[in-house]
Formats: sequence, C-alpha cells, structure tokens
Amino acid sequence: MKQTFAVSIGGAAGQGVATPGDVFAKILTRRGLHVNAYNAYQSIIRGGHTFLTIRTGPEKVTNMGDRIDLLIPLNQDTMNRHLGLLGSGAAVIYNADTIQPGIPADGVQLCPLPVSQLADITRNKVAQNTLAMGAGLNLMGVGFQPLEEVLTEQFKKKGEAVVNENVAVARAGYEFAAAHFKPFLNPLPMTDNRYAVLSGNVALAMGGVAAGVKFYCAYPMSPSTGVLHWMAAHARKAGVIVRQVEDEIGVINMAIGAAHAGCRAMCATSGGGFALMSEGLGMSAMIETPVVVINCQRAGPSTGVPTKTEQGDLWQMLGAAFGDYPRVIAAPTDIADCFKIIPEIFNIADRFQCPGLVLCDLLLSEGRLSVDPKDLDFNVPIDRGELITAAGGPPSGPDRDGIYKRYLITESGVSPRAIPGVPGHVHTAATDEHDENGVLLSDEYTNPAKRRAMMEKRMRKVAGIEAAVKPPELIGPRNADVTLIGWGSTKGVIQEACEILHEQGISANQLPVRWLVPLKGDAILDILKGCQHTIIVENNYSGQFARYLRSETSYVPDGYIRKYDGEPFMPHHIAEAVKEQLAGKTNLSVPRHEIMV
Amino acid sequence: MATTAEVSRPLTLADLKGKVDPDWCPGCGDFGVLAALQKALVELQIPQHNVVTISGIGCSSNLPGYINTYGMHTLHGRTLAVATGVKLANHDLTVVVTGGDGDGFGIGGNHFIHTMRRNVDLLYIVMDNQIYGLTTGQTSPTSQLGMKTKSMPFGNIEAPLNPIALALAAGATFVARGFSGEQKHLTELIKEGIQHKGFSFLDAFSPCVTYNHDNTYQWFRPRVKKLEDEPAYDSANWYAAMEKAQLWGEEIPIGKFFERTDIPSLHGAEPVLAQGGPLAHRSLRLPAEMSRGFAEELL
Ligand SMILES: Cc1ncc(C[n+]2csc(CCOP(=O)(O)OP(=O)(O)O)c2C)c(N)n1
Ligand code: SF4
Ligand SMILES: [Mg+2]
Repeated sequence: MKQTFAVSIGGAAGQGVATPGDVFAKILTRRGLHVNAYNAYQSIIRGGHTFLTIRTGPEKVTNMGDRIDLLIPLNQDTMNRHLGLLGSGAAVIYNADTIQPGIPADGVQLCPLPVSQLADITRNKVAQNTLAMGAGLNLMGVGFQPLEEVLTEQFKKKGEAVVNENVAVARAGYEFAAAHFKPFLNPLPMTDNRYAVLSGNVALAMGGVAAGVKFYCAYPMSPSTGVLHWMAAHARKAGVIVRQVEDEIGVINMAIGAAHAGCRAMCATSGGGFALMSEGLGMSAMIETPVVVINCQRAGPSTGVPTKTEQGDLWQMLGAAFGDYPRVIAAPTDIADCFKIIPEIFNIADRFQCPGLVLCDLLLSEGRLSVDPKDLDFNVPIDRGELITAAGGPPSGPDRDGIYKRYLITESGVSPRAIPGVPGHVHTAATDEHDENGVLLSDEYTNPAKRRAMMEKRMRKVAGIEAAVKPPELIGPRNADVTLIGWGSTKGVIQEACEILHEQGISANQLPVRWLVPLKGDAILDILKGCQHTIIVENNYSGQFARYLRSETSYVPDGYIRKYDGEPFMPHHIAEAVKEQLAGKTNLSVPRHEIMV
Repeated sequence: MATTAEVSRPLTLADLKGKVDPDWCPGCGDFGVLAALQKALVELQIPQHNVVTISGIGCSSNLPGYINTYGMHTLHGRTLAVATGVKLANHDLTVVVTGGDGDGFGIGGNHFIHTMRRNVDLLYIVMDNQIYGLTTGQTSPTSQLGMKTKSMPFGNIEAPLNPIALALAAGATFVARGFSGEQKHLTELIKEGIQHKGFSFLDAFSPCVTYNHDNTYQWFRPRVKKLEDEPAYDSANWYAAMEKAQLWGEEIPIGKFFERTDIPSLHGAEPVLAQGGPLAHRSLRLPAEMSRGFAEELL
C-alpha cells in the first residue's frame, strides 16, 4: 500500500478553512510530495460546515482516501461530526478554550491548544488556525522553516509587522506541540520533485490557452466559475478576450460568433447553463462552426446541490439539441487530464467542424492535485483542419463565380471553411438546411434529395471522428477476478479500490472511459469479452453510463456501484461493494457516505 | 486584400445581389429594407467580403441569403450575441444585424438590452411589422392594443413595447426609426448607422402585407414625420429623444432620434484589442516564457 497522510480541516464557512489548506498544500508540494485536496462545502458564504481534506504522499495521490490522520476542527460542530471517524494513530488538534473533544476511539491522540495563553486572540482572530498549523506540522515531522517561508509570502503584502506576528503565533503552536504532544510514527518523507498544485478548473482554463483559445465567455455557475476566474485574471497577458455574458444562451451564441469569425472559442458552465446552451450546439453543428463547451457537473436536477458532485449529465450531453449531428464528448479522468483534453478536443472539433463537449464534474473542477510542471507544457499539437484565413489559397475565386462552396459535398464530409473577411469566399452560413452554397432549402425550395445529401455529408464526419480517438485500455492485471468500468473523474478512486482489493486477495482491474462520443464500442466489447466479472461504477442514480453502453453495444455488466448523495466515492466504498457483489449478495451497491458534510 | 474584380471597379448593386431572389410575399416591406441596405453599402463602398450580415429567424431574417456579403442565418432571437462574438473576434468587419420584431424584442429581448448597454459596434436593423410573419400571423411584442391575430383572436390585451424608448433607456448610442416606404431616408439612416462607432439601433417599419392589416403602408404614410424636417430637433439631446419616442398615433416620428459619440465601443474599450490586429488573425501560440510562467505560478 502506498504511504499517504491526510489532514482534514473543518469549520463554518468564513472561519478561514482555506488559508491553512493553501499553506499545507504549498509546504507539502515544496517537500516534493504529491497532494490531492477535496473540499466539501455548501452554497453559503458564511456559516454551515466546510470540510477540507488534503492527502499527501511521495507517490501520486489520486483521491481523498479513506483515512484521516490529522483532524483540525475549527469549531465544536466539526469536532462532533468527525472525531468518530478517527482511528488508532490519528490525532486531533483543537482550541481547548472553545471546543470540547468528546470521546475518541482507542489510540487517537487529543491535542488541546490553550489558544488564549499562546496568542493574543483579541488582535489575531485566526490565531487558532495559525497555532494549529504550527502544531500540526510539528507532529508531521516537518521543520518550522517551511511554514515561516510560506507565512512570510502569504502576509508580505500586509507588511512586516503582520508577517512577524503570524510567524510568532505559528512558532508558539509548533513549540507547544513539541513539548506536549507525540509526533506521528512516520514523519513525512521528502523528495527532490517539485509539483504545481492546481484545480481542474484552472487546468481546463490553461488547457484552453494552450490550445490557442482567444475568446472565452461565461455566465457564473458553480462549479465551473473557476475557469472564468482564471481566464479573466490572465486574459490580458494571454491575449484572450473574456466576457461575462447575460445568460448561457448568450454565452454559447457569442462563442459561436467568435469561432465563426476564426477564433478558437470556449465556454464552461454546469448542467443548468448547459441546458440553456443546447439549441446553440445544434447551430454549431449545422453551420459547421466548431466550439468547445465544458460542462462541470453538479448534483441535479434543477438547481440541485450546487456545491456537490455528480455524474448525472451524461444523457443531457448525449441528447443535447434536436436532430442528428456529429459531436464529440470527452470526460477528463483526472485534473492533469483536464489540461490535456482541451487541446485534443479542439483539434477534433476544428478538423470536423462540429461542437466539442467536455464532461467534467465538481470533484475535478474544484478538487486540487499536484502535477509535474512538465505535464503543463503549452507546446501542444494544434490542428485547425481545413481553414481558409486568407485569400489566394485554393479553393478561391471571385465572389460571384460560385467557385467556393462553403458546404461542398466531400467524401470526408468536411468542407473547407473560409472565415468572414477573406475575399473570394463570400457565403452565408445558415441554420436552416442549405445546399452546398449555403442557400436555404427551407419551405418552398425544400428538396428531399439535397436535404438527404447534406445530412449524409455532415454525418460522414462521424467516421473521421471515430478514427481520431483512441479506444480505452484496461489498467491492471489481465484475467482479474473483477473488472471495474468507470468514466471520467472516478479513475483515481477506482484505481485505489483495485489496490485495496488486491491486498485482500482479490485481483481487480479497471477500464476507464475518457471518450464518450465516439465510444469505441467494438473495442470495449473486445476487452470486456475476456473479463470474468464486470461492474460499472458511476456517480449517479440511474446508471447513465451503463444504459449508454448497453444502448451502443448491448453489453450488460454483472453489477453496478452507484452513488448519488453529492459526495464522491471513497476507495473503501468501492472495495466493499465489490466484495458484497462477488459474494453474490447483490448486483447493485449504493455505498453510504459516512462523513457528514 | 481584395480580389482583382473588386479593386478594378467600384462595388455596384449588381455585386450585392444574393444567390437567390427573396421569397417574401409581393409587397412585403422587407424588400424596401433590403434595397436600402444594398444602396447604403454601395454608397459607402465597403468591400463585400468585409461585411457580415447576421440575422435570426423569421421572414425578415432570411435577408442574409439575399445579399452577397458574408452572412449568418443564426437562431431565433440570438443574432446579437452571435454578432458580438463576430465583432470582437474581428473588429475590422462591418457587422450588420437584421431581424424581426419577434426575433429582437420577444425571444431575443435579453440580448437586445445587453448588447446596447455594451455599445457593440454594429448596426441592428429590426424589420418591424408588428406581427410574427413566418409563423403565419401571431401577436408580437410591438402589436398594438386590440389588434386581432391568430393567437389573440379577440384582440391584444397587452400593451406594446416601445423599442425607441427601450433603446434609449438601455444606453444605445445611436437610435433611429425608418420606414420601408421611405427609401432615400432609410438608406441615409442605414449609412449613418453603419458609420456610427458603437451600437446603432434602427427600428424600420416594414409592413407585413399578408398578416398585418392594421399597420399598412396606407396607415403609416400620413402618420410618419421626419425628424430631419424639424430644424430645432437636437439628436444629441437624450431627453428630447425620449420625449419624441412617446409619440404614437396621428404623428409618428421617423429619423435619427439620438446619437452620442463620446462612449467607446466594446472592442474599443477591450484592453486585449488595444494593440495587435483582429483577434481572429493572431497566433494561437503564446511565447514559451509566458506559458512557463503560468505553470510556475502554481508551484
Ligand atoms: C426557438 C424558436 N422558437 C420558435 C421559432 C418559430 N419562429 C420562427 S420565426 C418566428 C417569429 C418571427 O417573427 P419576427 O421575428 O417578427 O419575424 P417576421 O417573420 O415577422 O419577419 C417564430 C416564432 C423558432 N424558429 N425558434
Ligand atoms: S408574411 Fe408578411 S413579413 Fe412575411 S414575407 Fe409575407 S408580407 Fe413579408
Ligand atoms: Mg415581425
């Protein structure tokens, strides 16, 4: 089993959970450790309960794990909710002035801090947080200097006095812990690696800029808003126009306008906003103007649970907009993949002049992961397909000659696309069905032969798209006892569940699906044919992927693991469900989330 | 750059003839708007490949197919959002947006308000026939009180929208009204609207001879009064414009209600466009140091 360590900080919104989180993440990655952070919170600005878990280790940490090693409750509520989750070897650091500990399990170390004696709480409102950070790092076997450095950076802008005060408070916590508490058995290791820490939203935005996005627009909606924030903050530097639009209908149409004029254009939203965009996707397909739309799923339906995760929008994406048209749908499998997938899908959307949809979710969008900076290389392949941006290049000709046909019928279904402003290529792009020249076939001109030809031209692109993406691959031992099939964000947690099962004598492998359209059904069937016991794992109620796979391939798995309580899977949820299914107890498991957040 | 054909001779009306002839009902007001637009472009001599005519859906919105410029025939009501994207992506293009009253004031009402407030540099011509033409005659947001249509057979009980007052309130920097029956006047308004650097709104009465039997050419002719014929009228005065906008009935003013030139257009205010050419022609690649910098911020 990999060596990992998890620290959880909880409190009411507004109590400053984020700062210690950032400080820990910085210190850990500077130590050359990987981190994975997940914040469980509610859609309120003050109050409620926020619970941030940062898990670290020398190897890649793909999910929040099953165990909390260090709990830092900032209020009584957090102590009451979570003390019971701690097992032997864990510790809890808390403000002894305001919080009663309750009765912990055997082997759990209680670490009360006499906050009012250690710091002047009338001046420093977050003294308990700073003291706890100092104490925690001491127990973890990390020296004081990294904390001093990070605090200095954090408070530099506020002046030397504030820096000194915070460093002094942190030192008091550090020294108090050294004198009164037992350190953890295994001090945190150190490596020479250096990692960047980023959220999926930042990765999506950076992936967009790497792909050459010049136009980004959005309407704020959790959990996609982080993409807008990064884009807006970096717009001037990166030369990207970023617009906040009046609604998501405006967003998709504005993005398509910019794309039509020749930019790579992108937008992100969540399920509700995506629903408003669906008519626009049909336009993108019909006028053959590529656009990339990201849906960061949250728990639905309707306003749903804005701050909780789910994989409940698959069928919305599959069915978005009326009529048949070619589309591409990709689901990034981790935060680093959020960066990678954007340039890939832009190339496909550009080559096949169709909408490219990215199905992300809150878990990735708002989670944070350490990534090797080399994996954030902006020097990605860029392929804009058959795009005419200047006069002269064939096919061309005087505007009246009709030599240039925007919707030329070709074998691939792709017609060379001229952008407005290019002499010799004047044409109209129409959402009404049209002929090769873009002339409307509507009403009295309707011509079944032409309609059929245009329909077939567009749909021929599907074959090209099929060839452009790779089929999924099985990870883990062949001939395993059980094969877990997942899609998108569940890859990391399924991987860890496989490791847990392996330790318990059950061999398990995983088929993670990244391209949803095209699905590559034949390749998937080929793989699954040789599997002994297959289970589809997904974060929704009805088994949306299971139904999709069945509709595309007629494949029916042996079992299902589903979760739709708003929280992501933890590894033990999956491992235990697999065991009950292999024992023949059920073929549908819905694990209960034990952490009350 | 222009093709040889374009540089060797001036743009003519024949150049702007579309690939097909309009399929509007004989006598439809939209013919007059199309003709005025073509004349305006010829008089301004804007190369046809530098013009994008963008519409929504409706009888009037079929216009881009009938004029030989770059064109987009988008979704019902969504034109202004699309046009904003086009203009920001390539601000060298002349963007003309055309559509109907249902398209612009009904389903597209939200985009209408926000595009005005943003002062996007484009000309928006609404071919206002006070009816839904393409869907065979239902009440529109500008249908008059009491008007009987297929959807309100006992008469409209909702007050009509006042597009001129709305445009003034929403911050449009050029607000005008024309009439398809007044060709020369309409052509001049279109020219002014194209040349105005900011959002130009032109509400053009464009009678639907098939479904609107109330607001006909005969109804409009004695009523329309040109603001240009009033020497004292000052189109720089917003309050005067708002007052004129209230007139409806025996006297209906047409002409330029309002113009101000002291506000930058959206692309003019956009810092990313302050240097360098149109966005659509910029390199997709960022300098390597810059992209490395973005990753380093996260270390
Ligand atoms: C989303 C959507 N709803 C409804 C329609 C049907 N529709 C097409 S045109 C139109 C109204 C047209 O009225 P107007 O914009 O005034 O144009 P006119 O035909 O009068 O020129 C409607 C309702 C549509 N195309 N799309
Ligand atoms: S129905 Fe009315 S608006 Fe439509 S083309 Fe005929 S006259 Fe014109
Ligand atoms: Mg109308």
